[in-house]
Amino acid sequence: MNQKKSKTPMIITLVLVAAIYVAVFIAEQTLPANSMLFTVLKKGATYALVAVSMNLLNGFTGIFSLGQAGFMLVGAYMYGIFTIPIAQRASVYQYFDGGMIQFTVPVIVAMILAGLAAAFFAFLIGLPVLRLKSDYLAIATLGFAEIIRAIFQWNGLGPITNGSNMLRSFPSFNDFNIRDGQGNVTVYLSTLIPFLMAGVCILLIVLLINSSYGRALKAIRDDEVAAEAMGINLAHHKRLAFCVSSFFAGVGGAMLAMYQTTVQAKSFTSAMTYEILLIVVIGGIGSVTGSVLSSFLFVACSEWWLRFLDEKQMIGTFEVPLLRNGFRLVVFSVIIMIVVLFFRRGIMGDKELPDLLSRRMKSEGRRKK
Amino acid sequence: MSENRNNVLKLENITMQFGGVVAINNLSLEVNQGEIVALIGPNGAGKTTAFNCITGVYEPTNGIVYFHGEPIVVNHPQGKMVKQYAGINGDLYREKKPVAHTPDRITHMGIARTFQNIRLFKSQTAFENVLIGTHLRRNSNMFTATFRLNAKEEKANREKAWNLLEIVGLAEEGKELATSLPYGKQRRLEIARALATEPTLLLLDEPAAGMNPQETDELGSFIVDIKNRFNLTVFMIEHHMNLVMDISDRIYVLDFGRQIAEGTPEEIQKNPVVIAAYLGVEEE
Ligand SMILES: Nc1ncnc2c1ncn2[C@@H]1O[C@H](COP(=O)(O)OP(=O)(O)OP(=O)(O)O)[C@@H](O)[C@H]1O
Ligand SMILES: [Mg+2]
Repeated sequence: MNQKKSKTPMIITLVLVAAIYVAVFIAEQTLPANSMLFTVLKKGATYALVAVSMNLLNGFTGIFSLGQAGFMLVGAYMYGIFTIPIAQRASVYQYFDGGMIQFTVPVIVAMILAGLAAAFFAFLIGLPVLRLKSDYLAIATLGFAEIIRAIFQWNGLGPITNGSNMLRSFPSFNDFNIRDGQGNVTVYLSTLIPFLMAGVCILLIVLLINSSYGRALKAIRDDEVAAEAMGINLAHHKRLAFCVSSFFAGVGGAMLAMYQTTVQAKSFTSAMTYEILLIVVIGGIGSVTGSVLSSFLFVACSEWWLRFLDEKQMIGTFEVPLLRNGFRLVVFSVIIMIVVLFFRRGIMGDKELPDLLSRRMKSEGRRKK
Repeated sequence: MSENRNNVLKLENITMQFGGVVAINNLSLEVNQGEIVALIGPNGAGKTTAFNCITGVYEPTNGIVYFHGEPIVVNHPQGKMVKQYAGINGDLYREKKPVAHTPDRITHMGIARTFQNIRLFKSQTAFENVLIGTHLRRNSNMFTATFRLNAKEEKANREKAWNLLEIVGLAEEGKELATSLPYGKQRRLEIARALATEPTLLLLDEPAAGMNPQETDELGSFIVDIKNRFNLTVFMIEHHMNLVMDISDRIYVLDFGRQIAEGTPEEIQKNPVVIAAYLGVEEE
């Protein structure tokens, strides 16, 4: 019987992914470290993880949450708070007597704590809200993101959060570079490590999506009534998806902290959530591959490829009109509108890379016959 | 009605009132182990509503549902309904503590159903639709499932799903998108999906709707076949009288939410009340 799925597309996908990692490693050793490419790759990897985590909820479970920035904030702060070296605390927490917490944990532990803290908040929000059948979650999470931002800036919590002052001096992506005795970098890892972090997390999400639980989540998305009639406990499964999604948003927040090298609550606005929502929509709701691709495209456009639009450009003696500060955002918005209007299903629809490969192989096979 | 230890399902004085509309009015019925019982009646009689009360989709306004002798639904008019209640026997269960389960709990207990307006998981293949039906009997949790520590269970579930597809005659279509199948096959797929939850009682809501005459003919023996094979009790709503008279042990007739008759196919066919309300004058 035709029960077995062909394994070849999977293998090709894995080889492709491995090749990308090797390419990143080589590029990092050979190209100048301050190249814009690496900025895009680091931020892109961070956003890819957050976008995939949002897609798990909005795309695969069919419940709409707008709390991504809030969960990232929680993650970023957890990471910062627990990794700022003791020696630096006096200067970072200068207005709060060096802060309350006087120990550090390893980076990996701090990242897991970041995820757990975000998941804990998600659990609390989900407890009352996910019992309701409609879209109260979107409102509740949006409210949560606003409130948590205010709370983290509150001076009363200053000994922990540093109030409205920024957290800094914690290990950033650049600290993953291996240096010799004189402080010169011998092996560059500052892009490869975030790639690995995001890669491992996304792999976990993909494994979940393709497990029995992932199928149950997709069933809920397709038809809640039928899913419930098949014995799937809606509240339980929605809560699981929400907590897992928020866990990885928290880890993504920790990565954003490492990318930015500083953390300040006021930067985690709902605009950040909308950016990520856009990435998910552009990539394709229900496609992990799409979210990853569009994260890098989005970051590359906003940080790099469209930068020239913000500066005066001369062709010979002719000054190109319109180009001035802020024009980039106009063009960017137009591009996004076009994508949303004319490519409703995004770059990938709900297809994944292996799906595309297997379709291609099938059509080639047919041609051979 | 005498106390019958064989009861798989028993409804006692079930009334379902939506606002001012009494969709089911004091319905009592029994379905015994191994029987095929049909629920018939004109459009809007309240048949689907009865299924929804049994499966926890609706909470009836009054009455009790027993499953294998255990009360799985208990209610009496509460809140606004105390005043609005338009049915009878409203104070019969006043002393009883209301019991309500979510539909997934009830499926767990062993009641599986199909839907009148087919509700397959539209983005999934036929095979995946059945596979989802195996999820509720899992021993795995999210971690073991994510890390593939449940490989044995997963493999067994997949085999079970393919088996069920084969039994309903859809082995060839397993990898097709469920909603791309023709109507008749979608109905069979819904049955396979319901069987995957390992029920003891199967509720079928108009399983022959949308099937062509040949498919309808085959459906009768198919239902008997799966009933015997899985040791099921079957309670079905159906408008195709040939099918109903062919395979039912007993029939309940509903009209405007009230039970107007109960009996064997022969009795029902001769019953003047049923003929007047539903069956009409025999053509031919
Ligand atoms: N959720 C609801 N709210 C209000 N009224 C409802 C609701 N569900 C059903 N009804 C009403 O209950 C009555 C019975 O509907 P039901 O769907 O049970 O009929 P049925 O016997 O299954 O009919 P058919 O043969 O057409 O499927 C109808 O008058 C319907 O309008
Ligand atoms: Mg109906």
